[in-house]
Amino acid sequence: MTWDWSYAGDLVGPLLGGLRLTIAATALGYVLALALGLVWAILRRSPNVVLNQAVRWVIEFIRSTPLLVQLVFLFYALPTTGIQFSAFWTGVIGLGVHYSTYISEVYRAGIENVPRGQWEACTALNLPRSRVWFAVVLPQAIRKVIPTLGNYLIALFKDSPLLLVITVPEVMRVAYTEGGKSGFLEPFTVTAALFVIVSVLSSILIRRLEGRYAII
Amino acid sequence: MPSSDTMSEVPTPEDPQGAPMDKTAADGALPHGSTPGIRFEKVVKRFGDNIVLRELNFTVAPGERVTLIGPSGSGKTTILRLLMTLEKLDDGVIWIGDRPLWHMPRGDGLAPANEKHLHEMRKQVGMVFQQFNLFPNMNVLRNLIEGPVRVLGLSKDEAVERARELLDMVGLVDKIDAHPTQLSGGQQQRVAIARALAMQPKVLLLDEVTSALDPELVVGVQDLLRDIARASDLTLLCVTHEMHFAKDISDRVLMFDKGQIVEEGPPEQIFGEPTEQRTRDFLQAILAT
Repeated sequence: MTWDWSYAGDLVGPLLGGLRLTIAATALGYVLALALGLVWAILRRSPNVVLNQAVRWVIEFIRSTPLLVQLVFLFYALPTTGIQFSAFWTGVIGLGVHYSTYISEVYRAGIENVPRGQWEACTALNLPRSRVWFAVVLPQAIRKVIPTLGNYLIALFKDSPLLLVITVPEVMRVAYTEGGKSGFLEPFTVTAALFVIVSVLSSILIRRLEGRYAII
Repeated sequence: MPSSDTMSEVPTPEDPQGAPMDKTAADGALPHGSTPGIRFEKVVKRFGDNIVLRELNFTVAPGERVTLIGPSGSGKTTILRLLMTLEKLDDGVIWIGDRPLWHMPRGDGLAPANEKHLHEMRKQVGMVFQQFNLFPNMNVLRNLIEGPVRVLGLSKDEAVERARELLDMVGLVDKIDAHPTQLSGGQQQRVAIARALAMQPKVLLLDEVTSALDPELVVGVQDLLRDIARASDLTLLCVTHEMHFAKDISDRVLMFDKGQIVEEGPPEQIFGEPTEQRTRDFLQAILAT
């Protein structure tokens, strides 16, 4: 088997098209994961035992089942109950919900790291609940966990090729389809290279962000 | 308010942190108005099996300045934390003025307070902490205006103006844009004092406010607090191990041991001629350190 440069060159266009979809699904999934993860983390601190135990088990359930199974379930089984999304949005929801459970743990660690005195100062100043969270606790908690949050962004990105099983024409599915026509070596290699490039660029970006928001 | 003329004068070294307080600025910035007293009625506080306060009774008159002393674990900090609602009351009633802090009137009796009642009652109380507890993600100005704007409903301009007055009073106007981590411990505590006063409390709680400071910064903060205490009509509760400061700032000293008041009286009496052996032992131990 020999490497065909002209074939590899021809693939770049279609693969970049797929990569755009991969990045879109990653970005939207990550935003969903960040938001939903925050909801989990705050609910987990609820004084209501039923609520916070319920949330705990939901998180445990989602984390203990494979993302692939969740995606297939959302795309092929859920529609039988009448709830149906497009392949792309199913992918976004699957990635987002799955990673939200990991990210909620990251938030939780960050929140637990905020000294008790900060909460007490909030009480002494009589600050409303919303300000305690959004003006005092979360800004301090999140700064400390930016590197870990960044790692999960890259992990989510690397899991996104799983969307190929639910027919999303992302980069891996494009490579698979193209490879079926003229050989798999070039499309999969170029795809891997694209993943490396995006991952490295992302980690540089995250490190910059980390430097900028490093706890002062 | 009892006179403090009889207090022994403590020499006041030059303030290492900045200019001494400007009295006129202080009068404008400090809270004035009807000041409530405090009454503890059979107050009980437990931590697990450990009973920290057992049926404690005491009263602080409106505008009175009281220092709580005693060995660690004697319950003095718990008293401040109950007043700030940082700890839950187990039994008894705490009155601030004519209203119970932890209860709401229901029929002829009292029912446990809801969050709304606690929120109302907390508006009268301010606290300065041992570890300052400034918000490190906000600059000095935002630390000072967050509460006034979000809780007292001041406009941002009003809050900024008051913040400036208070910073002027504590000698730190030039640090208005600084972040807490850029300040020394003494400066952070001054900002924390200004932040507590910005909420216009009627009762001010001081919880070992100089214990975390380097020795050379202690006197400046103490002088500031003494000036504030004298220039305002705040009801003041102070927990401290600094006997000079206690003499300087208080009308009355309460000596605690095992959640009960062992002895009380004017500072000259407690520090000069204590009648109880436990007080004598405690003061000796303090002096030895």
